[in-house]
Amino acid sequence: MLIGSIVNGVVIDHIPAGRGMELYKYLKLDKLSCQVALIKNAPSSKLGKKDILKVNEVIDLNFDILGYIDPHITVNIIRDGEKVEKRHPKLPETIRGVIKCRNPRCITSTEQELEHVFRLADPERGVYRCIYCDTRAK
Amino acid sequence: MNGLIDIQQLTTDEIEGLIKKALDIIADPEKYAQKCRGKKLATLFYEPSTRTRLSFEAAMLELGGSVLGFSEAQSSSASKGESVADTARTVGCFADIIAMRHPKEGAPLVADMNASIPVINAGDGGHNHPTQTLTDLLTIVREKGRLSNMRVGCCGDLKFGRTVHSLIAAMSRYDGVDFVLISPEELRVPEHVRTDVLEARGITYRETESLVEAMPELDVLYMTRVQRERFFNEADYIRLKDTYILTPDKLESAKEDLIIMHPLPRVNEISTAIDSDPRACYFKQVLNGKYIRMALILKLLGVE
Repeated sequence: MLIGSIVNGVVIDHIPAGRGMELYKYLKLDKLSCQVALIKNAPSSKLGKKDILKVNEVIDLNFDILGYIDPHITVNIIRDGEKVEKRHPKLPETIRGVIKCRNPRCITSTEQELEHVFRLADPERGVYRCIYCDTRAK
Repeated sequence: MNGLIDIQQLTTDEIEGLIKKALDIIADPEKYAQKCRGKKLATLFYEPSTRTRLSFEAAMLELGGSVLGFSEAQSSSASKGESVADTARTVGCFADIIAMRHPKEGAPLVADMNASIPVINAGDGGHNHPTQTLTDLLTIVREKGRLSNMRVGCCGDLKFGRTVHSLIAAMSRYDGVDFVLISPEELRVPEHVRTDVLEARGITYRETESLVEAMPELDVLYMTRVQRERFFNEADYIRLKDTYILTPDKLESAKEDLIIMHPLPRVNEISTAIDSDPRACYFKQVLNGKYIRMALILKLLGVE
């Protein structure tokens, strides 16, 4: 399968297979007017299979959400057809306003304007919990 | 954070400081009778409570302060749809400290993040109830003379029983404490208590469904009520509510110096025939609750 190379843009590589669409939604890539490609189940020597997102414009990315999905994700910044920067996200201490608490007993279930916030509860296992009710992020 | 939302906010030294202060209040209540003169406690109770609300109010009154507030959501602006954050900001204009009970988990944290005054979590759904834990610790200290080297049995609803979660978190800080968790399969302690507290701290625990089998080895037996209000399904509540009822015959194999605790209210899980047993401590807990809340109010208001 061929996807055209990018002149100016961002390639988000080494996304765990099957999570590319989730990341697409979290990063709100559907709101962009430029070309965006999601490649699912691409062959990977490291992971076996991986997802890739290619965005044909240099945009600001929420590295917290990238780190939450997987800190091993690679972000390549492309300018004039050249890779000018390669970055890895880190596990963020908190994630604000992206993932939702699903606990029906949580205060966020009734107070609609309350921002959903998760904190890193276990860095070794990458476990995040709602700051209000301690429910684990799925 | 200005107030107390989760017992885990407190260091071991801070907990021991509060217990020490409570013991001093018990020894010389007159010394503290005017310490909070001119200060106001707002009790914001969005769901029913007898003990906790009256205990907070009695604590403030015995410190010479005054109290205001509401005891059900219907008598507050919550019934008009006001957010917890706005209520907290408003009450911050009238009072010096808030005690809040709310059926939704995390509501007191939202209040504390928005109020200009300290907020004490007086119970948020099935989540946390830190002043009950402080009460329990004071009771254990007064009855056993220590918080270390003991086997604590927690029995009943360990899933929704917030007092149990906080007690496990607090007691697991002390050397030589291990737990026997006695509950039906459906009401076992939540995964986050097992992984984040017990396993993370390397605490020995075992889970069993048999109270009788666990009884001989216990130093503390912490009974809890199966709470109707925590179930979405009435049939599940009916099926599980009578699982554990403590009766005199079940105590035959218990240690002489066992202490029996319960956060109250009880329904039928401790027979009234146990009340006269010297090992029954649940009404002593109620009184201890007032003293530890006095100590906490003093600490959060910065009154020496």
